[in-house]
Amino acid sequence: MSVIYILWLRQIKRFSRSGIRIVMGFVQPLVYMLALGYGLNSVFQSSGKGSYIQFIVPGIIVQTIMFSSMFWGANIIWDKQFGFLKETLVAPVSRMKIMFGSVLGGATISLIQGITLFIVAIILGFRPYNWTYIPLTIVFMGMLSLAIISFSAGIGAVVNDMQAFVAVNNFLLIPLFFLSSALFPLDSVPTAMKIIAYVNPISYAVDAIRMTLIHQSHFGLLTDFTVLLGTLVALMSFGSYRFRQIQV
Amino acid sequence: MEPIISVKNVSKKFGDFTAVDGVSFDVMPGEIFAFLGPNGAGKSTTIKMLTTLLKPTGGELRLAGHDVTKEQDATRKVFGIVFQDASLDDELTAFENMQLHAVLYGVYRKEVNPRIEELLKLVDLWERRKAIVKTFSGGMKRRLEIARGLLHHPKVMFLDEPTLGLDAQTRNLMWNYIKELNQKEQTTIFFTTHYLGEAEAVAQRIAMIDHGKIVASGTTEELKQQTGTANLEDAYLKLTGTQVRDETLDSTAGNRERFRSMMKNKQR
Repeated sequence: MSVIYILWLRQIKRFSRSGIRIVMGFVQPLVYMLALGYGLNSVFQSSGKGSYIQFIVPGIIVQTIMFSSMFWGANIIWDKQFGFLKETLVAPVSRMKIMFGSVLGGATISLIQGITLFIVAIILGFRPYNWTYIPLTIVFMGMLSLAIISFSAGIGAVVNDMQAFVAVNNFLLIPLFFLSSALFPLDSVPTAMKIIAYVNPISYAVDAIRMTLIHQSHFGLLTDFTVLLGTLVALMSFGSYRFRQIQV
Repeated sequence: MEPIISVKNVSKKFGDFTAVDGVSFDVMPGEIFAFLGPNGAGKSTTIKMLTTLLKPTGGELRLAGHDVTKEQDATRKVFGIVFQDASLDDELTAFENMQLHAVLYGVYRKEVNPRIEELLKLVDLWERRKAIVKTFSGGMKRRLEIARGLLHHPKVMFLDEPTLGLDAQTRNLMWNYIKELNQKEQTTIFFTTHYLGEAEAVAQRIAMIDHGKIVASGTTEELKQQTGTANLEDAYLKLTGTQVRDETLDSTAGNRERFRSMMKNKQR
């Protein structure tokens, strides 16, 4: 068994043993989907933009992945506080492997949550434009979750207490989500908001997933992919750099 | 014979605070060695340097022939450690904690399961191998940590206050395991403790550290003779004084350094 695999497995086991985490992971996005989806559907439709439920599902999938990925860094703080991190840091394996195995585990969990929400959406009546695009959707979901988990691991490596971690997360997460194209189409918002959405990488993740699910895109799939890949590389470098700097 | 642990003129500074100040000592293979001193004297900092968790500011540390600072991975393979505070994954079972350790240390695959069984039986936890560690008592966790530390046949075992917070029965049991292990596998034992009776009963040689400096070393007999006292506790008090120390000097120094480097990064 390789080091990466066993650390991946550790994350999966911890997740599967925590019923509350499994449930909470998608209750919040589900509430958003139901409240906003049904609440705003008629307004959206009467302005001639089609079904809001269809429009919002990609955005809510992104939200699920964002939130579970962002809080994943809390694991590193727990591992510091409960001491398990020391066990891995004195072991004769590179920190890159330790970080990579754990991050992959976290990304798998986020993906499971994202896909669960997608299935729930289908049960509630969501219909994708073309089923053969779904694997591509999953690739984009994976890229998004790897990027955010790497970032979150970096923050978890620097911050030592949970309250500060939650505060930093909320400070970053809420604006990134609400100022992306997750909840509204970009062609009908004021210029200032448009500019913010353009520099927000989350918009491109939403756009890519929206394109592959309901065939609507603002930027084009190639631009989405390029921006996401760039973000992924940058955040992974940040995360692994910070993780290598940890001292206990 | 070459010493298995060799510490030469080692210092560690956190900013302007010197935690360890020009410390030198040797430990021979197969020895049981006690490292004693008041809180904040530099014990844990020295162990952290010997186990690659901290880099020394100056001096040379060698472990089983490897330069600890330069050959980190080679060094990490030859020692096992039980930390002062817990370092298990609470959400995994005892067996899974052992398995994870075996993979991290690249223990030969076919050997893994029999070795885990042997060690868990040694520390009386085999029956509880499928229980989640969260449900264990303090003593059980300690025993599991000792078993885990031994999994990869370390040449040197570091025990940083291994009996802290344990009852007399468990302490007694634990030292019996450790002595048995020292005899059976010729593992060198390097430990710290605040129970001086323990050190007197178990250790073959002792070094005492205070304010970051070695104040005395030798066998219990030698230390008693040097100080003209009847037991190790009196010798210890005579050498290190009766004043109570700042409990958290070690950790606050570490935090101070962390905080400083964080502020520096922000300014950049």
